[in-house]
Amino acid sequence: MSIKNQAAVVGVGATPYFKRGRSFPETELSMACSAILMALEDAGLTIKDLDGFAIYSYSCDPAEVASVLGVPEVRFAASLTSGGGGCAGALGLAAAAIHGGMANVCVSLMTLQQLHKRLGGSEIDGVLAYATMSEGGSPYGGGGGLPPSAAFSANAGLLSPGHSFSVLTQRHMYEYGTTREHFAEIAISQRANAIRRPTALQTQPLTKDEYFAARMISDPLCLFDYTQETDGAVAVITVSADRAKDLRQPPAYILASANGGTGRWGPAIFRYFQAPDEEFASSGHRPVAKRLFEMAGVTPADVDVALLYDHFSPLVLMQLEDYGFCPIGEGGPFVAEGNIRWPTGTIPVNTHGGNLSEAYIIGMTHVREAVEQIRGTAVNQVEGAEIALVTGGPAALPVSGTLLARSAS
Amino acid sequence: MSERGVFPSVLKHSYADDSTQPFWDAARDDRLAAPRCTSCGTFRLPPTPFCFVCQHRDVEWVDLPGTGTVFSFTIVRHPLAKMLHDAVPYAAGIIQLDGTQGAGARMIANIIDCDVDTLKIGDRVQIVWEHVSDDMSVPRFRLLAD
Repeated sequence: MSIKNQAAVVGVGATPYFKRGRSFPETELSMACSAILMALEDAGLTIKDLDGFAIYSYSCDPAEVASVLGVPEVRFAASLTSGGGGCAGALGLAAAAIHGGMANVCVSLMTLQQLHKRLGGSEIDGVLAYATMSEGGSPYGGGGGLPPSAAFSANAGLLSPGHSFSVLTQRHMYEYGTTREHFAEIAISQRANAIRRPTALQTQPLTKDEYFAARMISDPLCLFDYTQETDGAVAVITVSADRAKDLRQPPAYILASANGGTGRWGPAIFRYFQAPDEEFASSGHRPVAKRLFEMAGVTPADVDVALLYDHFSPLVLMQLEDYGFCPIGEGGPFVAEGNIRWPTGTIPVNTHGGNLSEAYIIGMTHVREAVEQIRGTAVNQVEGAEIALVTGGPAALPVSGTLLARSAS
Repeated sequence: MSERGVFPSVLKHSYADDSTQPFWDAARDDRLAAPRCTSCGTFRLPPTPFCFVCQHRDVEWVDLPGTGTVFSFTIVRHPLAKMLHDAVPYAAGIIQLDGTQGAGARMIANIIDCDVDTLKIGDRVQIVWEHVSDDMSVPRFRLLAD
């Protein structure tokens, strides 16, 4: 028994995307509510039908949203732990809730306003958040101020996700001969996809000269290897496969979903970097990918389009390896050969432009694009796309992957 | 005040508990010490309540040579805070510590006295301590002469 093809994504809603802070005077709450209502409308459902919240990274407080919107009864409210690594896995959580009979109509969402916070680690009011971040994800916190482990990382100078992934990337270059040319190809190809989309915040092509002239933020990553800092909200609605057949949109069946990772990957990045050597220069997705394809009963060759979480361009390359689109260590040459280009590549990647060039809503833009690809309505449509891969992370465990399919056969 | 290449110590205290205090006690004496599982011999840093290999709890504190190898690193060029304007570019990375098994006992630290344009993985380094308060000494690493 598994969730394979038991549920489908039937509705998508999104606010416009904004540059950091520009969504004001909207709030994270108001944008979440807007996206939810649009997603329900898209599906042909109403707030009266909504009864589940299957989220990640504690993206909203279901108690607050349900109260504000007047949801008649909440029957399921759960979040995958940790951060953006859970975005794709939230669909699996929704499918599990529905298949398990705990809820009928689940929303998964992210809402983000970087006005009083900056996820990139830049100081706000003189505070470097990542330098002194506490352990775990409990809203009750540690209660005792800083944990003893904080003193082992706070003064190291690694202050942000970007710094962490620079360290990971440097090791990949060392072990496999990966180069900045390879990262440039990812940034440039995604920009080419983004500028065809009216939703994208980046509107001009990116040339290789511009890429190499950009300032270095944290070697080996330059400005264009980093995600944008943006605001907005995206929500999607999941129902049972049976119910999906009668709704407004063609279903995007949840063929398979998996989340997690090797225990010793744990919170590896950001703080201690204690992952085993064989997994260090990776996206952390290998065990998740294995379970994902096993559940689906398909192989990477069956995937038509890949929406790979791209907070930093090299992690796209590492996910291509970890999901088996190319052998471990060969992600660089693989992208250099044009394999990720839309529409000509063997596996078009981030056809929406991704975090790098469309917008960064902590992975939900990738989920939105995966659904549009399966519906056949994407701006940069992969012709005849039957199966789409969408991923969340690399980040602290869990990372996640989901396969969406046009048919449930 | 800050010095180029040196990440300023932002945390002035160790916030230690019983499991970490021996590390900071040794640091005050310019020694690098790490807890080793008394059952299987695995080092673990930062100290944790259980061994990730054999799940035992007891440790013995062992002095390490304080030397190691750059496992990976970044050169931070963009200052994320005003106080870092004079510190960038600085090197920060992961140090594989001599005398340990490697993964599970790595340290992350600012790497100083190095050329940020030529630093590379595999470079040999040695720990140096800055004593910033009665209970906190900040470890950094500097390149070992050949």
